[in-house]
Parts: sequence; C-alpha cells; structure tokens
Amino acid sequence: MSSIWRSRNLIAGAALSLAMLAVALLSLIWTPYPPTGMDFLHRLAPPSAVHPFGTDSFGRDVLSMIMTGAQSSLTVALIAVAVGAGIGVPLGALAASRGGLLDDVVMRGCDLAFAFPALLTAVMITALAGPGAVNAMLAIGIFNIPVFARVTRGAARGVLVREFVLAARTAGRSDTAIVLIHVLPNIAAVLMVQATIQFALAIVADAGLSYVGLGVQPPQPSWGRMLNEAQTFIWRAPLLAVFPGLAITLAVLGLNLLGDGMQDLLDPRLRRAR
Amino acid sequence: MSSFLLRRLLILLATLLAASLVVFAVLQILPGDPAAIMLGTGARADTLAALRHRLGLDAPLALRYLHWMVGMLTGDFGVSYTYSVPVRVLVAERVMVSLPLALLAIVLSTAIAIPVGVLAAARRGRAADAATMGIAQIGVAIPNFWLGLLLILLFAIRLPWLPASGFPGWGAGAWPALRALVLPALALALPQAAILARVTRAAVIETLGEDFVRTARAKGLTRNAALWRHAVPNALVPVVTLIGLQFSFLLAGTVIVENVFTLPGLGRLVFQAIAQRDLIVVQDLVVLLAGSVILVNFLVDLAAAWIDPRQRRSGA
Amino acid sequence: MNRRIAALAAGALLAAGTALAAGTALAAGTDAAKDSLTLGMVLEPPHLDPTAGAASAIREVTYANIYEGLTRIDHDGQVRPGLAESWSISTDGLTYTFKLVGGVKFHDGSPFNCDVVKFSYGRATAPDSVNAQKQLFEPIADVSCPDQYTAVVKLKRPTALFLFDMGWGDAVMVSPKSAATNKTDPVGTGPFRFKQWVHGDRVVLERNPDYWGAAPKLKTVTFKFVADPSAATAAVLAGDIDAFPLFPAPEAIDQFKADPRFKVVIGTTEGKTIVALNNTRKPFDDVRVRRALTYAIDRSALIDAAMSGYGKPIGSHYVPTDPGYVDLTGTYPYDPEKAKQLLKDAGVAPGTEITIMLPPPSYARRGGEVIAAMWEKVGIKTKLVPIEWAQWLDQVFMRTDYQATIISHTEARDLDIYARDKYYFNYHSDAYRALYEKFVQTVDAKAQLELVGELQKKLAEDEPNVFLFALAKVGVANAKLRGLWENDPVPANDVTGVSWAE
Repeated sequence: MSSIWRSRNLIAGAALSLAMLAVALLSLIWTPYPPTGMDFLHRLAPPSAVHPFGTDSFGRDVLSMIMTGAQSSLTVALIAVAVGAGIGVPLGALAASRGGLLDDVVMRGCDLAFAFPALLTAVMITALAGPGAVNAMLAIGIFNIPVFARVTRGAARGVLVREFVLAARTAGRSDTAIVLIHVLPNIAAVLMVQATIQFALAIVADAGLSYVGLGVQPPQPSWGRMLNEAQTFIWRAPLLAVFPGLAITLAVLGLNLLGDGMQDLLDPRLRRAR
Repeated sequence: MSSFLLRRLLILLATLLAASLVVFAVLQILPGDPAAIMLGTGARADTLAALRHRLGLDAPLALRYLHWMVGMLTGDFGVSYTYSVPVRVLVAERVMVSLPLALLAIVLSTAIAIPVGVLAAARRGRAADAATMGIAQIGVAIPNFWLGLLLILLFAIRLPWLPASGFPGWGAGAWPALRALVLPALALALPQAAILARVTRAAVIETLGEDFVRTARAKGLTRNAALWRHAVPNALVPVVTLIGLQFSFLLAGTVIVENVFTLPGLGRLVFQAIAQRDLIVVQDLVVLLAGSVILVNFLVDLAAAWIDPRQRRSGA
Repeated sequence: MNRRIAALAAGALLAAGTALAAGTALAAGTDAAKDSLTLGMVLEPPHLDPTAGAASAIREVTYANIYEGLTRIDHDGQVRPGLAESWSISTDGLTYTFKLVGGVKFHDGSPFNCDVVKFSYGRATAPDSVNAQKQLFEPIADVSCPDQYTAVVKLKRPTALFLFDMGWGDAVMVSPKSAATNKTDPVGTGPFRFKQWVHGDRVVLERNPDYWGAAPKLKTVTFKFVADPSAATAAVLAGDIDAFPLFPAPEAIDQFKADPRFKVVIGTTEGKTIVALNNTRKPFDDVRVRRALTYAIDRSALIDAAMSGYGKPIGSHYVPTDPGYVDLTGTYPYDPEKAKQLLKDAGVAPGTEITIMLPPPSYARRGGEVIAAMWEKVGIKTKLVPIEWAQWLDQVFMRTDYQATIISHTEARDLDIYARDKYYFNYHSDAYRALYEKFVQTVDAKAQLELVGELQKKLAEDEPNVFLFALAKVGVANAKLRGLWENDPVPANDVTGVSWAE
C-alpha cells in the first residue's frame, strides 16, 4: 500500500509539474490567441469552442492568458527559490562547519527573519520598492534565505559528524573543501525536497502579490491579477474567477506531490508513518 | 525551568529589539517626506519646516529611534500622519477584526483537522484514510484567497446566505459581525486544516507504534480507548506547535484574504498605510506584528514543554 | 502656480479606489418612517476640514451638510444664496456687499456674523494659510464690517467667477473658536452636525436641531467608505448602503438596472480624463506625435472597455455640460493609418517605447491597458507603471519626471491650467496665453463664451494632451430615495433635501 502511495505521489507530481512547465514553454512560441490582444466586440464571453475558457473584460482569450501566466509564475518562483538557496545554503553550510559565534549569528538572524510575517513583509517590500516582477522575486526570495540556511545547517551537521568527514579532516582538508566535496553531495537530496516545497510556496506568494497588484505588471498576464480582475466582474462572469485559481492549485499540487514523493524516497521512517 | 525561561525571555527581548531596529532603518531610507504628504502640494517651505519640527522629523536619527521606542514601551505609538489620530486608536479598531478572525479560523481549522487526522490515523491504509488524505493534499494546494473567491461565488452570490464582503462592526451586534467573518474564516481555515490534519495523522500513527500504547493495549484497553487516551495526547506536541505557528501566520498573514473580503483588519491597515506613506503606522504595525509572532512562538514553546509527556511523567 | 493641484489628484480619486477599508452598515430596518441614510463613498477623507485640505472626500462629507459658505453651488451648477441671503456688486465689479442671514449659530453655539466672514477669508489669505485653493481668495483686497450682518468685500481686480468661487467647499465659514480643531471635530453652521468617526469605516452626522434654515428630513446620515468595486456592489445589493452616488463598479450597473429595488442615475462630472503628455520631452514636443497618439485611440471602444460604456468623448479640455462647450471630438477621429503616417513623418520609429504612469482609479488602470493595446497597433510600445497617489503627486505632478500619465481633471472650467508658466504637462503657447488673458479681462457674458470656444479650439489644435472622455457620474440608489444630486458640479453629497418615499 505505502509503496503504491509513494510512487503515485511521485508520478502524479512529476507529471503535473512537467505539464505546467510544458505549458509555460509552449506559451513562449504559441498560444491560441495573442495573450494581450483585446477584442472589444467579444468581451466577457462565456467558454465556447472558439474561446475554451471564455474572454475577459477586455475581450482577451483567458486560455492564452493562463498559458502565458504560467511563464511569469514559474519564473518568479524559480528565481525567488534560487535567491533563497543561493544565499541560504552557503550561509547554513558555513554556520554548520565553522560553528561558534558565526553559527550563533546566522541562527539568530534566521530567528529574526522568521519573526516577520512573510507575506505581509513581502507586500511591504514590493509596495514600497515599487510593484513589479523583479521586486516580487526579491521579496519572496528574502524569506527563502533563512529556510534554506536552517535546513542546510541541520542536515550538514548530521553529515559533519560522520566518519568519512572526520577522516577527511584528519587528512588535512580545508573546511570549504569538506563542505563542497563531502557535505553538499550528501545533503543535496534534502535540499531538493526543500526547494520543491519552497517553489510551491513561492507560486502562492507570487499569486498573492499579483492579486493585490504588486506582482508582474500588465499587460503581461499573471494568475493573481486575473483573479483580482475577475472579482470585479464576479456578478457577470463568475467563471473568470475559477480558471486562474485552478491553474495555481494544479501547479502547487504538482509540486507538493513531487516533494512528498521525493521525501518518502529519502526518509524510510516517514514512509512508514504514511 | 526558571533559568530556561529567563534565557528564552532574554532572547525574545533581543529579537524584538533587533526587529524594531531593522524596521526603523528600512523605513528611514525610503523616499517621501511624511510632512510633505500631510500638507499636500501647496505647502510652503516654512510651514513644512514647522510641521517637521512638530512631528520631530528634524531630530537626529538615533534620537528619533529612541523617542519612538520609549513611546512604544509606554503605549504611545505616535500619531497617524493620514488621520491625525493616535496610532493606538487605529490599531485597536483593527485588532477587533483581525483577532476574532484569526481565532475563529484557528478554532475552525483545529475542530476540523484533529478529528479528521486522528480518524485517518486509526483507519490507516483504508479507503477513508486515502480519501481524506487525498482531499487534504488538494486542500494544502489551494491558495486561501482563491478559496475565498470561490466561497463568495457559492455562498454569497449563488446562494445569498452570507455577506460577500465588508464588516459591519461589532457595534452592529455580534451576529451580523460574526456572519461577516464566517466566509473569510473558512477561507483561511480550510487550507490550514488540511496541513494540520496531515500532521495530526502522522503524529498519531507514530505514537500508535510506541511502547506505551502497545502496553496499554496489552493491559486490555480497547483500541479506541488506547487511541484517545494514550496515542492522541502524546501526539499533541507537534500539533500544538503547528497550531501556534498557524496562529501567528493568521494574525498577520491574512492581508490578501482581508483584501478579498475588504475587511478592515490589521493587514489592510498596513496596506493602506503603505499606499498613503503613513510611515509611522507601518513602522508601529510591523513591529507589533513581529512582536506578537515572537510572543506566540515563545508561548508555544512553553506549552509544548508543558504538555510534553516526558516532563509530565517525570513530575507524576 | 499651484492652483488646484492636489485637488485635481484628490478629486480624481472619486472614480475608483486606492484605499480605504470597507464594511457594510447594518440596514436600519425597513419601517416606513425611515429617517436615516447610509451613503457609500469610495474614499475616506483624511480629515474633515475643507479649508485645510484638497481631498474631494472632505467635501463629499461636509459640503452643505456641516459647513456653509456665503454662496453655495446647487445641483445644477448655479450659484445660490447661502449664509449671505443677498448681495450687490458695484458697477466696477470691485466691491461685493453681502447681506448676511441673521441669528445663525455654529454647532458649538458661537454666533455667525460679519466678524466670522472677516476671520474666515482672512485665514484663507494669510501667509501661513493651508487652504488648498488659496488662489480663489487671492483677488480679495479687504473685508470690512459696516454692521454685524453686512460684509463688504473689496477686490483687487474684477473677477468673473468670484461668487462661484466663494461657493466652493474651501470657502466655507468657520468659527474662530473651532477653526483649529475642525479636522477631527468639525463645527459649521449646516443642517447636520458631526457625531462619530470610525476610522477606515464611516463618519456619522446627525440632524442639527438649531438649524437656521428649513430642517432636513433625515435624522442621521452615515457616510460609509468602500473602495473595492465588488464590495460596493455587494453592500448595495444587500441594502447595507442606501445610495452610492459615485459608484466604483460600472460593470455591475446592468444588474441594478434590472432590479426594481434600485434606481441607476447616470449623470455628468467635470472629470476631463486625458493622457497627459510631458510636452517638453521627446517625442511629445512634436505636435504630429501628439496628434498621432490621438488618432490611434478609438474613444468609444475605450469607454466601452474601460468604463463599461459610461462616459462622453471629449475633444478638448472641456466637458459637454459646461457653458460654451464646442464639440471637437471630430478633430482627430480614430484612424490608425493616419497615426502611423504621422509618426513616420515625425521620425518616430516603430517599436518606440512610452512609459505611462497609472494612478489608482480604474479609469487610469483599466484605461491604460486599453490605450496600450491601441497604441500597440500603430507601432508604439507602452510600459505601464501603476503608482499610488503620493508618488503621483511627487514624481509626476511636482517634479514632472514622467513621459505620459492618465488622469482626470475634476475641477470645473479649468482652462487656465494651460496658460500657466509651469504646470506638470509643460505646455507653452504664447497664443493660448494671450487668448486666455483676453478671456479673463472680458466682462460681457456672450463674448466670454465665445472666447471659451476659442480656447477649446486652440487646445484641440495643439493637442498638448490626448483628450479622452468626460467621466460619468454613475450612481446607484434605493428606488425609494428622493432628492439626491444627479450631477456633480462640485464635489459634494448634499443630503439636506433627501428623504424617503413612503
């Protein structure tokens, strides 16, 4: 039973995530209509053979907008996670291998960052620094740093006490070399799982920021902003509020399943619990 | 225990201090002079200077920080640039929305998640388990603000049972006010409940496998009694920790949902204050929220230490 | 130079929302003798002193309800007597003698007399005055009081619109005793007095039992602040709000039209919605480019898509409902080919990028998206930058650091802004200034109107900005409500004549 669950999670997650990626890539070269093309004669059209998801209040094709929205959503989330991992992982590894004061400083810094309500602070950063994709990536990315720092530190400390590391140390390897050669490869899987989870969170955060108008700016479509506009027309065209949310949910679901699947593979103890 | 408490308290204070410094520093480097915004564009240089002096904006940075901190500690949060009323008053009005909302959401989430999680654990591997956990998996993936929209669509537009948005204020009576909070609380609670149910299930399954539960069963307790009397209480530590985390998330993390339902809560106040460059309000609120997150985490740690069965058993 | 500046921005806030929180009042029962009213507004006022702030929202709560001036502007835009029951003007147009209503008391009991007039106008003209419309008072040379109820105002020069100007919310009478605290505790002479303010939510007024004029029918009036379009729709549908005179969700109007419980009132405003161009920046210094950008816009499609069809196209900086209006919408009809040709002639390469700053109202945010699509078709790329009002005022208005912006000028008959030395769109035309100077000097009403026409034509010819449409006043109200203003000659929600039908 549990093994079926495990592979199901992994397979479903991978399939959904790949599908989302494929849609984003496809939208680079083809969408049914230009995603920003307005058709003032066919506004708020219900789903039909011509427009499978209908059109919005400017007469734009909703399917095309959702496809293009996948692009920006994935890009923002990917870069946000990359920022977090790019800074957090070295910090965490450093804290684990050096220990002492540096370790304390890094960990207290993480505590401090966790004290700030993440989404609210991201809203504050983007609102003050100016709305837009780049600031959204940074605002989300900043809150990924302490996450990666903690996970890396925790996992790295587990590896650092193992025999082969001690052996390497006795052989006179430098801290940096030990981290690069012995620690990172051993914790890569844990980091991958974390990155998948953070990726999903970043997609939700990005959609939230876009919903309040602080993410990717028009005319570039984004799922969050589509939902915001849909709310204005919710009395006339309720379905407009359904499709973009479905896209967000599927993207997040895919990544969560993928993360769960990978975690099950990694952690036999947890697998037992599931 | 008391030295543990003292150490935790010291760390708490240091974190608060650092948080206030970070917020203050960030807001100082921002462009935009609050005095100029208060007076509008017709302001003359001398009026501006006078106002800046009255607001204390012409004092050196360190002094201003000190002044602000001393004010915060004595309950004087300053005066809103936009409304010319004490920030304390504004915050008090908004807390009366955000706090009940967060409480309602956490109660709903816990009330749904714990029974579901425990039952799934008890029926582990069976159809009921698979179904609830499948739903939970989807629930975790649904962004709360979209769920809010769907709830509006269903329960305010299709079936006009509940208000789609807005808040009548507690002055309008408890029932209308609660009615206005039901949909936003549900939107916040359901995804949280999905997470909590999964954690509860995992924790209960873990304790079910432990020796003392087996011993209890061996002593002749029924399966159900063993589950509720031994396994569940011992699984509470991770659950309570998570509830605490969720509560601090809900207190401040509702900004988007407050926008969906146009609720005059704390998140929206921060949002508005930013738009109007009412920086004193932003500064106060972020520190207050960070402070309450730190405080809640502290309390959760205490609670976890208190319910930890090992501690209780050693005391008994 | 700063004439009506902030008012323009703050006034533009009318059409849609930046800020404030919502909430819906509990409907006050449905008994026949209903004497309370809950009125929806998009924006919350920052404070309640119209003599010390430009925000339209201040006037929308206080005008004619709490405060009164010597004259008042009525729902039809005409000047009517206010606290001055009559007046006479000397033949040289320099001396105005106002006969004041006797026995009027402020809400705090202090008396209204000529000293109050002297104080109020003196306060507005003082060097440290924070009146947002200081220029209205600038012509005043002196106020004297021959007796308690006669005020003589001497002007520096004839001022055609003086009586109209003194009817503005900025020119209301304030008591020397309470002037300093009016922001949070407004005290006027009007039929309603201030009761309560729940910040972020509502302001409540109650009937003034000692009012000098006809007593209003309503006992309490609640102004409820709902910025969000969908929240506003929900609140009106639920009956939590009785009337929403400047309704922020034109897209929901059809629904109210179909429902007999409501009436929809489509009126006019002074809101001249334009794409303001920074005339000193390339390529907008070339009139061909400005014309081309206008040719590229299909105004009726724009109004349909961005404003759900509510709004009237304009071809100059003047709205159809104002005296002396000339229809110039045919000057640059929608013609993308011509636009392309003109851009080519002016040497603007296809793919040139223009950045448009978009303040929060939906006419700007939604309008910007439509205009971007229309300009795209003639080879202009656009970058849309949404900004908050504070930033708009600072960056666009004060520092003129922008290329283009979409904005609605809500002041009445403000052709003077194109004659100023420095104004944010940087239009300079000696010919226009000479024409405007001539207009100011003209006293004959008919000649004045002709000149107003000339001024409009000159603007259409130079097209310093792309003139788009006049904002409509889209209002929704309970069908049983009587006596609300249909149009919006000045920002106001005068509820003195409002009542409920049986």
